[in-house]
Amino acid sequence: MSAIQERLSATWQRLLDWWDRLSRPQKWVFGIILFTAVALSPIFTPSFLDTPGISFGGTMAQFAMIAIIAVGLNVVVGQAGLLDLGYVGFYAVGAYTVALLTSPESPWNKMGPTGFFSAPWAWLSCVPLAMAVTALTGLILGFPTLRLRGDYLAIVTLGFGEIIRLLADNLGDITNGPRGLNEIAFPHLLESQQHPEGVFSASNSRGDANYGTWWFWLGLVLIVGILLLVGNLERSRVGRAWIAVREDEDAAEVMGVNTFRFKLWAFTIGAAIGGLSGALYAGQVQYVAPPTFNIINSMLFLCAVVLGGQGNKLGVILGAFIIVYLPNRLLGVHFLGIDVGNLKYLFFGLALVVLMIFRPQGLFPARQQLLAYRNAARELLMARPSEKEPAQ
Amino acid sequence: MNLAANITFNVGGLFDNFWQLTIDGLSWGAIYALVAVGYTLVFGLLRLINFAHSEIFMLGMFGAYFALDMILGFTPSGNAYNKGVFLTVLYLGIAMLFAMLVAGSAAIGLEFIAYRPLRKRNARSLTFLITAIGMSFVIQQFVLFILPKLISGYGGPNAQQPITLVQPKTQFTFFGVAVSNTTIVVIVSALVLAVLTDVAINRTKFGRGIRAVAQDPATATLMGVSRERIIMTTFLIGGLLAGAAALLYTLKVPQGIIYSGGFLLGIKAFSAAVLGGIGNLRGALLGGLLLGIMENYGQALFGTQWRDVVAFVLLVLVLLIRPTGILGESLGKARV
Repeated sequence: MSAIQERLSATWQRLLDWWDRLSRPQKWVFGIILFTAVALSPIFTPSFLDTPGISFGGTMAQFAMIAIIAVGLNVVVGQAGLLDLGYVGFYAVGAYTVALLTSPESPWNKMGPTGFFSAPWAWLSCVPLAMAVTALTGLILGFPTLRLRGDYLAIVTLGFGEIIRLLADNLGDITNGPRGLNEIAFPHLLESQQHPEGVFSASNSRGDANYGTWWFWLGLVLIVGILLLVGNLERSRVGRAWIAVREDEDAAEVMGVNTFRFKLWAFTIGAAIGGLSGALYAGQVQYVAPPTFNIINSMLFLCAVVLGGQGNKLGVILGAFIIVYLPNRLLGVHFLGIDVGNLKYLFFGLALVVLMIFRPQGLFPARQQLLAYRNAARELLMARPSEKEPAQ
Repeated sequence: MNLAANITFNVGGLFDNFWQLTIDGLSWGAIYALVAVGYTLVFGLLRLINFAHSEIFMLGMFGAYFALDMILGFTPSGNAYNKGVFLTVLYLGIAMLFAMLVAGSAAIGLEFIAYRPLRKRNARSLTFLITAIGMSFVIQQFVLFILPKLISGYGGPNAQQPITLVQPKTQFTFFGVAVSNTTIVVIVSALVLAVLTDVAINRTKFGRGIRAVAQDPATATLMGVSRERIIMTTFLIGGLLAGAAALLYTLKVPQGIIYSGGFLLGIKAFSAAVLGGIGNLRGALLGGLLLGIMENYGQALFGTQWRDVVAFVLLVLVLLIRPTGILGESLGKARV
C-alpha cells in the first residue's frame, strides 16, 4: 500500500517538477494548446469525458463559474491566508445585484421600456456594477473583521454568508423571498433566425454549441482575464505582502508591511471576483433563489481551493474542475441503489480528510516559501549540495 | 421600498412577555450551553474549532430517537404516551444515556480518525479546520445516504417522525410566567450536567490534567500527564454533553431530527462559546444562556424569521467589540 503510494506520489512529483522547470514561453505554449483543447471540448467531446446524465456544455459552464470563484477564493485563502468560510455570500451579492436590477419581479428593476438599461446590454452593464457592489460588501465586511485572529475570522465570515442568505430569504418585498427572482437579463448576442434571443439564451438548448457552451466560452475569456490580473498582482509588491502576511503576520508587520491594508485588499479583490461569478450565474440560469447560496456551497468552493492546492491559481482551477465534473459525470450511476452523483459531499468530505492527512498542500501545491524569489532561488535551493557550493 | 414590512420593532411584545421570553430563552440557552462546552474545551486544549461537533450533536439526536424507538419500543404516533412522571423521567433518562453513549463514542471516533493523524504530523491549524469541515460533510452525508441502508426508517432526506412521550403543558405559573414540563426537564438536567462538568474540570485530578495540558502541553507531559489520553477524554466529555443536549433538544423540537439538524445549532453553540470567552468553561455556560435569552428577545422584537440573524449579528458584534468574550478566553488560566 505504502509502496504504491510512494510510487504514485513520486511520479506525480516528477510531473510537477517538469512543469516547474519549463521556461515561461514554454509554459505559455503549453497553456495555449491546453486552453484551445479545453475550449473546444464541448464541441468535440471525447466519449470518455462526456457526461451522460446532463449537458456537457452546461457542466463546463458551471465549471467556468466555479473556477472563477476558486481563483477569487484562492486570493483570499491561498495567497493572503485568510480563511473565508462565507465566500458564497459574495457570490450571492453578485447574483442578486444583477437579479434585482434586471428581473421584472424586483422592485428595483431598471430594465424595460422606461428603464435605465436596454434589454440587449442590460446583463453586460450590470456585471461591473455587480463587481463594484460585491467589492464594497467585501470592504464593509472586511474593515471591522480583518483585525480578528484566523479562526475567528472563519466563523465571522461563516456568519456573514448565512446572514446574506437569510436576508435574501426574509426580505420578501425586495428579493421575492424563497420564490426567487425570475427572468434575469442575459446578453443578447449573435441573434439569428435560429436563435431569436441570441446564443446565450436558455432557448438555445440543443446541440453541442448550446447556451451552456457559450456561457462556458464567456467564462473562459473571463478566467484568462482574471488570471492575468491575479498573476500580475501575485508578482507585485501586493502579492509579496500577501505571502508575508500568510507565512507570519507578526514578522510581516515588524518588517513594515501594513498587514491590515493588504488583508483588506485581498478580501476586496476576492469579493469582487466572487461577485463576477455570481453575475455570470444569474445570467446563465436567469433565476436566483436563496437555497443556491447555502453555506454548504461555500464549503464546496473551499474544497476546490484546498483540493487544487492553496496558493496555486492554476491548481485551484483544476480543483474546480474536479468539484464540478465528477458529480455531473457520476450522475445517474447507481451503486447499491444510491445515485453516486448525489454522494458528492460525502466523497469531497472524505477527500478533504484524506488529503489533509497525506497531502495537506493539495494536489498541485504552490511553491509557497520560494515564490517570492522566483525560479533562480528555487533552482539554487533545489540543487544537489555539491552544486550549491560557489565556484572557487 | 418598505423595509418596515419585513422587519418590525415590536417593543410592546417584548416587554409584555419579558419574563416568559426569559424563561423560554433560558431553556434554549441551556441546550446551547451544553453543546458550547464541547467547543470550548477542545478549543482551549488544541486551539481547534471542532467544526464537526455539530454533527456529533446530530448523531446524539439519532441516538436518542433510536433508544426511544428500538430499545424502549415507542413508535411515532400523533398522541403523547403520558406514562406518568416517574416512568417518563426514567425513559428519558435511558434515552439520554444512550444519546450520550452514541455522541461520546462518535466524538472519540472523530478524534481518533481525523485529528490524531494530523497531530502526529504537526499540521497547521488551517489543516485541522479543513479536516473538521470534511468530517462534518462525511457524517452528514453518512446519515443522509448510508444510514437508511443500514437501519431502515432512519436518516435520509426527511426528518424522523416525532415520538412524543409527554405533551408539553404548563406545570405552574410563577409571576405570570407559565413554566411547562419540558422547560423544567431541560433546565434542571442541563443545570445538573453543567455543575458536574464544572466540578470535574475544576476540582478533580483529571480536570487538573486538562487545565495543565491547555496551559502548557510540553510541561504537562514532563510532569507525567498523558496528553493523548487527556485529549481523548476531553473529546469524550464534549461528546457526552452534546448527546445530553441532543435529547433535551428533541424534547423541545421533536420534529428536528434530521441529518442537517445539527448545523445551525452547532454554529449558535459556537457563538455562545465565543460570547462567553472561548476556552473558558464557565464562559461557555454563561454565553449559552445569554445567547438563548437574547435570541428570544430578538425574535420577539423583530419577528420569528429573524431569529437566526439575531444570533449571527450578535456573534459578529461580540467578536468586534470584545473578541475575548465576556469572561475572557483561556482554559489554562482557569478563572474560577
